[in-house]
Amino acid sequence: MSTQSTRLAARLMVAPSVIVLFIWMIVPLAMTLYFSFRLYRLLTPDRTGWVGFNNYLWFFNAPDFWLALFNTLALVGGVLVITVILGVLIALLIDQPVKGQGMLRILVISPFFVMPPVAASIWENLFMHPQNGLFSALARGFGMQPILFLEDYPLWSVIGIVSWEWLPFATLIFLTALQSLSSEQLEAAEMDGATPVNRFRYIILPHLTRAITVVILIQTIFLLGIFGEIFTTTQGGPGSASTTLPYMIFKQAIVAKDIGRAAAGGIIAVILANIVAYFLMRGIGRHLDN
Amino acid sequence: MARAQSPRRRLIATLAAWGVALTIFFPVLWMILTSFKTEASAVAMPPQLFTADWTLENYAEVWQRSDYPRFFWNSVFISIGSTLLGLAIAIPAAWSMAFVPGRRTKDLLMWMLSTKMMPAVAVLIPLYLVFQRIGLFDTRLGLILALMLMNLPIIIWMLYTYFKEIPAEILEAARMDGANLWNEIVYVLTPMALPGIASTMLLNIILAWNEAFWTITLTTTKAAPLSAFIASFSAPQGLFYAKLSAASAMAILPILILGWFSQKQLVRGLTFGAVK
Repeated sequence: MSTQSTRLAARLMVAPSVIVLFIWMIVPLAMTLYFSFRLYRLLTPDRTGWVGFNNYLWFFNAPDFWLALFNTLALVGGVLVITVILGVLIALLIDQPVKGQGMLRILVISPFFVMPPVAASIWENLFMHPQNGLFSALARGFGMQPILFLEDYPLWSVIGIVSWEWLPFATLIFLTALQSLSSEQLEAAEMDGATPVNRFRYIILPHLTRAITVVILIQTIFLLGIFGEIFTTTQGGPGSASTTLPYMIFKQAIVAKDIGRAAAGGIIAVILANIVAYFLMRGIGRHLDN
Repeated sequence: MARAQSPRRRLIATLAAWGVALTIFFPVLWMILTSFKTEASAVAMPPQLFTADWTLENYAEVWQRSDYPRFFWNSVFISIGSTLLGLAIAIPAAWSMAFVPGRRTKDLLMWMLSTKMMPAVAVLIPLYLVFQRIGLFDTRLGLILALMLMNLPIIIWMLYTYFKEIPAEILEAARMDGANLWNEIVYVLTPMALPGIASTMLLNIILAWNEAFWTITLTTTKAAPLSAFIASFSAPQGLFYAKLSAASAMAILPILILGWFSQKQLVRGLTFGAVK
């Protein structure tokens, strides 16, 4: 139905987006690739040259790197497991005919709108602080030693903080999905004597599959880049105990000012993200078609 | 799936749901309560939920700090600026992909989404160097550009899913009546698309306001918004709890309120229409 000129106009209207996104991703990526094979330190800018794979080798030989890789995957995986399981449970709870459901939704979604540095700083200071935090007051109230969250369990603390931020998102999506589930089906199953566990297993869970897929996809995109929470609380420490790959690269670039090494780290991060994305895109691609 | 239940079960469910919801909300509530305390009662042991000596002093003091309003207005400019610029580029693109789809439209959309999967750290170095070279480092314009580009795929996707729901028959009818492309956009599409555009705008202001990677790495002081300010504020002088809480409360309240109004759109927006 569309004419030749409409088609041309349509292409022209898409062009700016494609061009700016291309410049935003592909050009810097090419530059990162170039830097990753160069000796380039901002503190000694005169010494430059090709160094082959030395920057990459530095990463692979650094004990921090494998820890950072593990931490990155543990952070993404940990938060996904916590938010999906708790999210489904809380959504099921709120979905029941309870009083004040609108207000409940507002309370539950609120942490999602709290910017990462504020979320991290609330938890760090008002809750996890060894002297003045609420948790230490609680511990002392029970006659126990306060737990040194950020010193002794830095990665778990960060996982906890990030889970608090993303649990609302997962819950809200599951809640929305649950509300499109027909109650007739559940009632019929109930009359046929299906136990609550069976109703969950065979009716509710299959209905939520799509929502769970979407939550995993979207959260992974954001979780792979978690930065503000770590920057605000542990700065990757103590030592490298809570350093993720993005944070390690940030330290190389901004603190150590070693552009070559940071660039090599960036390329490694891209490869990692591509491996993760490959599996995820197959998942969501299937869902988008129908 | 509302179903009939006995009053007793209903009461238990209500209590449990409220208990869980209040637990999740509690850190925000505790921060807001702390922001009204004096510094002494903020760290009092045992902790006090309410104090007798309420004060607005913390808010006044934080706002009168020479630099806090600057961080605040930087946040306002950057989040609104990047969203408007993003919409200006995204609306034509999403419109044409929704109404004049080509063979490769789906691939193009997937490619745009895949750029979101690219870790920001991978392009940090070139951007950091280029921004310093061409004078965009630590400027509002630089951050507006960076955040606009970061969120552009999301903006396009959201608009695309909204535009997709506008029936194409209406456009055909308008064309039969002799409307040209311009009239079609101004008189037919825009009014129908406005709700979608509005919720896209709201959600992206929220995302830009809360962004905490580019705002921290691409600024020092001049253009730093609230996210960068709070991130550096908290570390060593952690004992100013009441003031820290007041600064934090002012940083999140505008967005919290916007968020409450847009939470219905949030789900379909952030899932690109996959969950409604």
